[in-house]
Amino acid sequence: MSILTVQGVNKSFAGLKALNQVNLKVAQGQVHAIIGPNGAGKSTLLNCFVGRLEPDTGTVMFDGQSLLNRRPHEINQLGVARVFQTPEIFPDLSLLENVMIPAFAHRDGAFKMNWLPRIDGEAEIRDKALHMLEEVGLADNRSDHAGALSRGDKRRLELAMCLVQEPRLLLLDEPTAGMSRADTNNTIDLLKRIGERGITKIVIEHDMHVVFSLAHKVSVMAQGTVIAEGTPEEIRGNPKVQEAYLGGAHL
Amino acid sequence: MAAAPTSAFGTSRRSDLIFLVLFAAAVLTAPLWASLIGAGYPDLLQKWAIYGLFAIGFNILFGLTGYLSFGHAAFLGVGSYTAVWSFKLLGMNVLPAVFFAMITAAVFALAIGYISLRRSGIYFSILTLAFAQMSYNLAYSVLTPITNGETGLTVLPSDPRILEQLAGVRDTVSTPTTSLFGLEMTGYPGFYFCAVVLIIGFFVAMKIARSPFGTMLKAIKSNQTRMNYTGFNTRPYTLAAFIISGMYAGLAGALLASTDPLAGAERMQWTASGEVVLMTILGGAGTLLGPVLGAAVIKYFENIFSAFNDQVLMEMFNWLPETLQEAAVAVAGLFVGEGWHLTLGVVFMLIVIFLPGGIMEGIRRVQKLFRRSDGASRTDTASESA
Ligand SMILES: Nc1ncnc2c1ncn2[C@@H]1O[C@H](COP(=O)(O)OP(=O)(O)O)[C@@H](O)[C@H]1O
Ligand SMILES: [Mg+2]
Repeated sequence: MSILTVQGVNKSFAGLKALNQVNLKVAQGQVHAIIGPNGAGKSTLLNCFVGRLEPDTGTVMFDGQSLLNRRPHEINQLGVARVFQTPEIFPDLSLLENVMIPAFAHRDGAFKMNWLPRIDGEAEIRDKALHMLEEVGLADNRSDHAGALSRGDKRRLELAMCLVQEPRLLLLDEPTAGMSRADTNNTIDLLKRIGERGITKIVIEHDMHVVFSLAHKVSVMAQGTVIAEGTPEEIRGNPKVQEAYLGGAHL
Repeated sequence: MAAAPTSAFGTSRRSDLIFLVLFAAAVLTAPLWASLIGAGYPDLLQKWAIYGLFAIGFNILFGLTGYLSFGHAAFLGVGSYTAVWSFKLLGMNVLPAVFFAMITAAVFALAIGYISLRRSGIYFSILTLAFAQMSYNLAYSVLTPITNGETGLTVLPSDPRILEQLAGVRDTVSTPTTSLFGLEMTGYPGFYFCAVVLIIGFFVAMKIARSPFGTMLKAIKSNQTRMNYTGFNTRPYTLAAFIISGMYAGLAGALLASTDPLAGAERMQWTASGEVVLMTILGGAGTLLGPVLGAAVIKYFENIFSAFNDQVLMEMFNWLPETLQEAAVAVAGLFVGEGWHLTLGVVFMLIVIFLPGGIMEGIRRVQKLFRRSDGASRTDTASESA
C-alpha cells in the first residue's frame, strides 16, 4: 500500500522546467531512494511535499490527504518531517533544546501558550530528547550550542530532531553529505534501526553505498523527470541510468 | 540515563530563585545604594523602575523573539492616556489605571502586531515605526478630544472620578493627586509602588524566558524556517510576544502617569521608541537583567549630563588657559544639556562596535577573567543566562 502518491507534478522556474510530469509511489514502511545528477530536481520535488513550493500542476497525496495548499507546519503536524540539504537547526540553542522543541510540537500541536511550567521541569520531553541524542551519538554534547557543531554533526542533530517527532514519513535530503565514512555507516545503521519502527523514508542520496544498503526501491531522476524505477539491483544494471550519470563510474 | 542536565538550559530553579531574591533586594534597597552615586532621590529611582519595565517587556519581543520594533513608544503613550482617563473618570487610585492601561495597550498591540508581523526583519521595523508615527500624529490632530492635543491630558478638580464620588470623598477644589488606597504616590511611596511592580514584571519575564513558550520564542529568533517545518505555527507565538511586550509598555506608561498625572503625545514620538531599543541593546538584548541595567544607565546619565550647563563646564575646565578653556567648553557643551543625546549616540556606537552583547557581555568577560585567574574551570551557568 502506498502512503505517498505523486501524480503528474510539474514545476517551472522562469522557463526552466525543474519538474516534468513526475509520478511517484512510495510504499508504506519502505525506504525509497531518489538518485540523480545535480540539478535533476530532487530537492525541488521534496519542496513540493512540505509546503515550501506549490507545484504548477499535479497532485501529492499523503495517506489519503492532499499535501498541496497547506502551510509547512500543517504538513508536519500530519506526520511528515524533513531533513534539509543544508542543515536547518537552532544554532543559538543547546543540542538538548534543539531536540526538545520538535518533541513539544509533536505533543502540544502547532501553538500552545505554555508559559507557566519550566522547560527543565518537562521531564518526559527531556528524557525523550536525551534518548534521541544518545541514538545519534550526540548525548555528550547536549549542553553545547548547536551552531558550534560540524556540518556532519548538524545533520545528525537534525535527524534526531525529526525522529523525536515519530513521523510517519521522513524526507531526507542527502543525509550523509559531509560525513566521514564512519559517520556515514553510523547513520546507515541508525536509519536501518528506525526502519524497523515502520517510518516510511524518502532518501535523496549521492552515495551509492548508502542507497544500496538502505533502499527497498530506487527512483532515478534526470532533468526533472523520473527516468527509471526499480529495486537497487534492477537500477544497477539499467543502461539509461548509466547514461544519466555520464558513464556511471560509481554505480 | 543521566540526571537532569540543568546546564543544557543554562539555568536551574535554584539559581533563578537566588537571582530573583538578589534582584528584589537590590531594587528595594535602591534608595540606600543609589545615594552613593548621587541618584538617591525618588524621581530618578522611579524612572529607573518604569523604564526598566518598559525595556524588560521590549526585550521579550526583541531579545527573545528577534523582532525589532521601532514603535513601542506608541504603547507607552496609549498606557499613559488610558491611565489619565482612568484618573479622570474613575478616580485617582493607581490600580485601575494600571489595569486598564495594560488592557488598552494589549488591544492596540493586537491590532498593530497582527498587521506588522506579516513581515519580518527591516520591513517589520518600518511597519511598527509607521504605526507609532501615525498614533503620534493622530494624538495631535483628530484625536484631540481624547488626548487634548498639544496641551496634554491632565486631571482637573472638576473631573467626575466616579469611585471617589460614590465614596463621597471627591474633592472638587484642589488638584487631585494619585494614590494607592489613600497612600499618595509621591516621593518614596511612589517609588516603592513602581519598585514592587518592577519586581513582579521581572519575575513574569523570567517565568516566560524559562518556560517552553519562551524557548519557542528563542527558537523563532534562532531559525524561524525550522520552526515552521517542525510543526509550529509561528504567527501566534510572535503575536503573543508582541502583545506581552506591548502590555509591559502600557504598564510603564501608566506608571509614568501615576507619578505625574499628565499624558502628552511626545511620549509616542520615535525618539522614545528608539530610546528603549538603545536601553535594551546597551544592557544586553536577550538577557533578563540587561534591559533593566541599560534603562538605569541611560536614565542616570541623562539626568547628570542634561543638568550640565556652560557655567558648570567653565568651572570644570578652569585649570586651562582662558582661550583653551573656552574652546573646551564649546566642544564639551555639544555633549551636555540639550546635547546629551550626542553623548548617548557616541556611547551607543562604542558599545555596538566593541561590546555587541552590551553591559551583560562586559560583566561576563570580567567574570571570565577572574575565573581564569582563580584557575577554576567550572562554568557558572547561572550568570550566563542572567
Ligand atoms: N527556488 C528556485 N528558483 C529558481 N530555480 C530553482 C529553485 N529551486 C531549484 N531551482 C532550479 O531547479 C533545478 C533543480 O534543482 P534541485 O531540485 O535543487 O536539484 P537537485 O536537488 O536534484 O540537485 C536546478 O536547475 C535549480 O537551479
Ligand atoms: Mg538537492
